[in-house]
Amino acid sequence: MASGPSLPPRSPAALGGGLLLAALALAVALGPLLAPDPAAIDLMARLLPPSAAHPLGTDELGRDVLARVLAGGRVSLTVAAATAVLAAALGSAIGLAAGYFGGGLDAVLMRVTDGVMALPLLPLLIVLAAVDPAKLGLSPAVTGGEAFAIGRVVVIIALVGWTTVARLVRAATLSVRTRDYVRAAVAVGAGPGRIVLRHILPNVASPLVVAATLSVGNIILVESALSFLGLGVQPPMASWGNMLTGAMDQAASAPLLALWPGLAIFLTVLGFNLVGEALQAWLNPRLARDL
Amino acid sequence: MTRRILVRLLQSVAVLLAMSFVVYALMGLMPGDPIDLMIAGNPHLGPADAARLKALYGLDRPWAERWLLWLVQVAQGHLGYSRLYAKPVAAVLGPAVLATLELMGTALAGALLLGLPLGLRAAARPGSLFDRAANLLAFASVSLPTFWLGLMLILLFAVRLGWLPAGGMAQVGGGGAFDRLAHLALPAATLTVASLGQYIRHMRAAMLAEARQDYVRTARAKGCSPRRIALGHQLPNALLPVVTLVALDLGGLVSGALITETVFAWPGMGRLIADAVMGNDFNLALTGLLLATGMTLAGSILADLAYAGLDPRVRGE
Repeated sequence: MASGPSLPPRSPAALGGGLLLAALALAVALGPLLAPDPAAIDLMARLLPPSAAHPLGTDELGRDVLARVLAGGRVSLTVAAATAVLAAALGSAIGLAAGYFGGGLDAVLMRVTDGVMALPLLPLLIVLAAVDPAKLGLSPAVTGGEAFAIGRVVVIIALVGWTTVARLVRAATLSVRTRDYVRAAVAVGAGPGRIVLRHILPNVASPLVVAATLSVGNIILVESALSFLGLGVQPPMASWGNMLTGAMDQAASAPLLALWPGLAIFLTVLGFNLVGEALQAWLNPRLARDL
Repeated sequence: MTRRILVRLLQSVAVLLAMSFVVYALMGLMPGDPIDLMIAGNPHLGPADAARLKALYGLDRPWAERWLLWLVQVAQGHLGYSRLYAKPVAAVLGPAVLATLELMGTALAGALLLGLPLGLRAAARPGSLFDRAANLLAFASVSLPTFWLGLMLILLFAVRLGWLPAGGMAQVGGGGAFDRLAHLALPAATLTVASLGQYIRHMRAAMLAEARQDYVRTARAKGCSPRRIALGHQLPNALLPVVTLVALDLGGLVSGALITETVFAWPGMGRLIADAVMGNDFNLALTGLLLATGMTLAGSILADLAYAGLDPRVRGE
């Protein structure tokens, strides 16, 4: 790390992943212009094969599948990005506190982190997703909207997804804490809050960014699995996961319906994993070499 | 080492207790009430009866107290009855654990038998065409949504070709060994493909890490053949982290199959937990989750033991 990061490596895998994500982002962003209304039901045009009017055909309610895949992508990517940011924020706060203050706080926080890591992820997420917001004292006015439905999935996944970031940030903080510029800041009389935010956080940013990028793929997989089980993003809002639930019921009559949302999930996750690995190799070469 | 294992055991018990406390609280926040569900089918019972039953079962007490009472019962071996299956919880969980072990054992064996040789071969020539292909395969494997892969396999082999059954563990009334194998094929293949990638990557990384060691250079200087260095010198050392990772995965297997079990209607632990949570079967969900957690923790202790058993440096400490 003496010379700092050089130019990003031009590996075909990284390039492929980047192009994949760029194409996807563009398609999803332009979705409303490219395709018809994803919610428009046309019972006269149910389960149509692909045609000029419906490039990927229509589903069991006559909705355009391409439009639904693009709309589902907006939801899935929004959830994934928000979750990655929230989980990274939670993990950094815990990792910074544990690494900087050390001692008993460090021991407690790291035991909790180990404990959460040891939990069976998917069963626990199902329990969390099954919690009734009404029993938490939230009124139906708050819990009714789309924003709450998405926010709920984000919070649930972030609650169990912060551990990797916390460990990485703690390790990086431990090595930065004893550097001269931190000691100088202490000597000048800077408070812990200022030291952590101004001097330590910028220097642990690269493992943080890599870990967050690498987590996006997993978050998309977990969200789609939850939505597939009917516990994540709920219909009529489209998400790649819940589109597959509907497609499973039509498997015998319209097998192609199940192809597209899954392919979208696969390519998106692949893109994030390839780009994350390339970032890893570029920003943390030592870590990348060993994995 | 014994001391270390003891500490780990104590930590695991603490995690289990904390987990039971949290899950117990979360169960109370789920929709549905055990007494309402119980009397729903009987029109002769009114609100007064509900209140009486609540008091009878102790459901009118604060939940922290109920958790303690539950703990005492569990310590005595009383896990309660499953609402969905109308059987004692232990009688429901037993066969499910076996079903999951059968599925996951097959999938794990398949993933190791394919993944380790691929990783080994990829590490022999980093950057070669084979290495890149193996790397891409590994990336594809970890990026695949398992439920979609399962669906695609069902569509191809069960719906389109009609070669294999789409779900369940055996045909109605139970079939022969061949029938059971046919039912196992698709879910096991799904899980094998999904977990293949991480073993390729682990094996490759471990071999490359060993390749930088001094003893490899010494062996090369002595004129040892590359094949002999790789298989005779590097591999035993490289297997160390791989065995640890496998042991770590063992515990997660039980819950890891949740989605695959749901897609293939495989009557295992994961599907049982999902059904129990969604069907308001509180006793079953609670015990199932704790069992899954316990097995995950046991896997990580097993990983420690395996490491110590294989590495004399750790054993000596």
